[in-house]
Amino acid sequence: MDKSEKMALSLSGMLLILFFGAIMYAAVVEDIQVPTCITDMEPFTSDTLFQSGPETYELQMVARMWAFQPSTVRLPVGSTVDMYLTSQDITHGFMIENKNVNLMAVPGAVNYIQVTFDEPGEYFFACHEFCGAAHHTMAGRIIIEEEGAGTQMGALQ
Amino acid sequence: MNLGTFQFSNSAKKLNSLLIIIPMVLLFIGVYGGLMQTLFRAGIIQSDPFMGGDYYKGLTIHGVLNAIVFTTFFAVALGNALIPYSLKMNLNTKVAWTSGILMLVGSIMAGVVMLMGEATVLYTFYPPLKAHPLFYVGLTLLVVGSWVAFFNWIPMYLKWRRENPGEKTPLTVVGMFTTFIVWLIATISVAVEILFMLLPWSLGLIDEVNVMLARTLFWFFGHPLVYFWLLPAYVMYYSFMPKLADGKLYSDMAGRLVFMMFVVFSVPVGTHHQYMDPAIGSQWKLIHGIFTFAVALPSLITAFTLAASLEYAGRQRGGKGLFGWITKLPYFDKEKWFFSYLISGLIIFIFGGISGIVNASYQMNTAVHNTAWVPGHFHLTVAGPVLLAFLGGSMYLIHQFMGKPVKMKGWTLSVPYIYTIGVSIFSWGLMRGGLLGMPRRTNTGASYANPESVLYQPDWMPYIDITVIGGIIMFLAIVIFVVAFFATVFARSEVTAEEPKVTFPITAPLHNEPSLWLRNFKPFIIIAIILIVLSYTPVIYDVLQSTYDGSLPYSPNSPVPLR
Repeated sequence: MDKSEKMALSLSGMLLILFFGAIMYAAVVEDIQVPTCITDMEPFTSDTLFQSGPETYELQMVARMWAFQPSTVRLPVGSTVDMYLTSQDITHGFMIENKNVNLMAVPGAVNYIQVTFDEPGEYFFACHEFCGAAHHTMAGRIIIEEEGAGTQMGALQ
Repeated sequence: MNLGTFQFSNSAKKLNSLLIIIPMVLLFIGVYGGLMQTLFRAGIIQSDPFMGGDYYKGLTIHGVLNAIVFTTFFAVALGNALIPYSLKMNLNTKVAWTSGILMLVGSIMAGVVMLMGEATVLYTFYPPLKAHPLFYVGLTLLVVGSWVAFFNWIPMYLKWRRENPGEKTPLTVVGMFTTFIVWLIATISVAVEILFMLLPWSLGLIDEVNVMLARTLFWFFGHPLVYFWLLPAYVMYYSFMPKLADGKLYSDMAGRLVFMMFVVFSVPVGTHHQYMDPAIGSQWKLIHGIFTFAVALPSLITAFTLAASLEYAGRQRGGKGLFGWITKLPYFDKEKWFFSYLISGLIIFIFGGISGIVNASYQMNTAVHNTAWVPGHFHLTVAGPVLLAFLGGSMYLIHQFMGKPVKMKGWTLSVPYIYTIGVSIFSWGLMRGGLLGMPRRTNTGASYANPESVLYQPDWMPYIDITVIGGIIMFLAIVIFVVAFFATVFARSEVTAEEPKVTFPITAPLHNEPSLWLRNFKPFIIIAIILIVLSYTPVIYDVLQSTYDGSLPYSPNSPVPLR
């Protein structure tokens, strides 16, 4: 190995270590996580949304061919949601636009992520794993309302 | 290192020609499907005008034929060519034909059920979507056929090592063996998935499958699969490209180190495709992420070594100054048409590599997982450098094995440049749309890109439309290639006094160190197996211990299970 090769190799190594450092920074300091293995949640087959604390909610969402239940969720601004997701039939995918939420809905397993909505507005979500003939119609939205509004869920209008 | 020429038997020549020509037809069907997908996604068509069926059937055909069938055939053909050529030993043609026939029968089986619409499960075939049993049987035969080809080369390699003690194995052979060692290890898990889970389940012998386990076994295979695509291209980059530019390979040892690193790090990385999955601990996902960065290292070394080799070549050709050598390379030399396939692929791969690091970067994957960003990324890898190197390689192999002159050389030379423009536009559209949340694998034309629909997403539209433009340019490039390819296949043979011999542009090394520690695969395979066991045991444990229900089979057309 000559000098320039050694330099290229060390620079490449340092670049990758830098990237890894950024990942660790995001995980430890910014607390941005990816879904993990959870065992403390009972399997569920129907959807539920309830308030679990002053500004916290628990949402149990069920994905099925070809709808999310619930497909519309209304929450007040500032809500922190413990989101649980499973599938009743085949594999689906769930991602909330402009939020760090991206979950696979897999039958036989429960997926989980926590998310806080600090900005009011409509957050669109669409199924992103192929789930059959009408996959492209499987979508919904989370509506974050200004202070004073209640919580509500229902079907997409 | 002048390996000169080698006389292949007629039977080996015929087989290798078939292994190139038949998949070229299948590739073209898949490429046609690809064009249709861009039209579907933009809402221009609602059903396939020629093959019938919807977006998802076409997408399955596109993925399976292009990414699995074409690539596997080419890798086998390249090995069947380079191993006998480099070792100066004849193939056992009986075994080689058996492998070819298995692959062919398997591909046709899978192709027919896909065309019938009985296997619309996409190329990842995630259960509980169920395909026709012949789809799984076909894929198995394709894989087993490729194993047989590999098993045919092993005794040749061992014999050569016995007869040439102390000599370095030719780099081409190291590269092809790396490709197939990675492939063999990886395909064992998908063989388990198919033979013990999906096939008996689709036949009704077992009722339910564990979907998370199947996904995990698939991705154990699915990521090393990308190195199985990439490595034959690397073989051509290292062995052919510097020679085509009248240069030398900057460092022989770097090449060997890169291949051994791929043996070690290709497999224990698959969970980075499952960052967003349930039932796998995030700490194990992170470990797979770290290994993914480790497997980026050989590609960074490759970037340096190839650039240094090309710089050497450019300076030999009279290039001066810091960057003057770049202008001296044979980009438009018709006699060196193969060079354009390799250099354009390398340029595309810069962006494919960067976007791949983004995908692998743990939390950052949240922003892109299963969005259109992902196909944007892999059209810059498998449908970029890999496809172009394989197309150039196919043309070269046909030219050598059939003894035909390459036709339409000017057009042949221009294909990679046209394609590069197309794929750049296409992938930019997909990736930009993906960052806005546009999902992959979705017939947007029927909902999100349809102004009549309540789901219409106007801010995605510019990016969907731009993929149509890119897709059309890509398609035209491939049409030109296919015309030139078949013009070559049906051209009049070059008349020579004796049987034509086969030759390859094999590069000599500039720096040739002994690199004794890189001469044997065994220690690297052992490290690979240890890493695989360590990285996958906790993942499989998590999956088995936290999933609770098996799944019945489903058709893509109904929310009611099939039994």
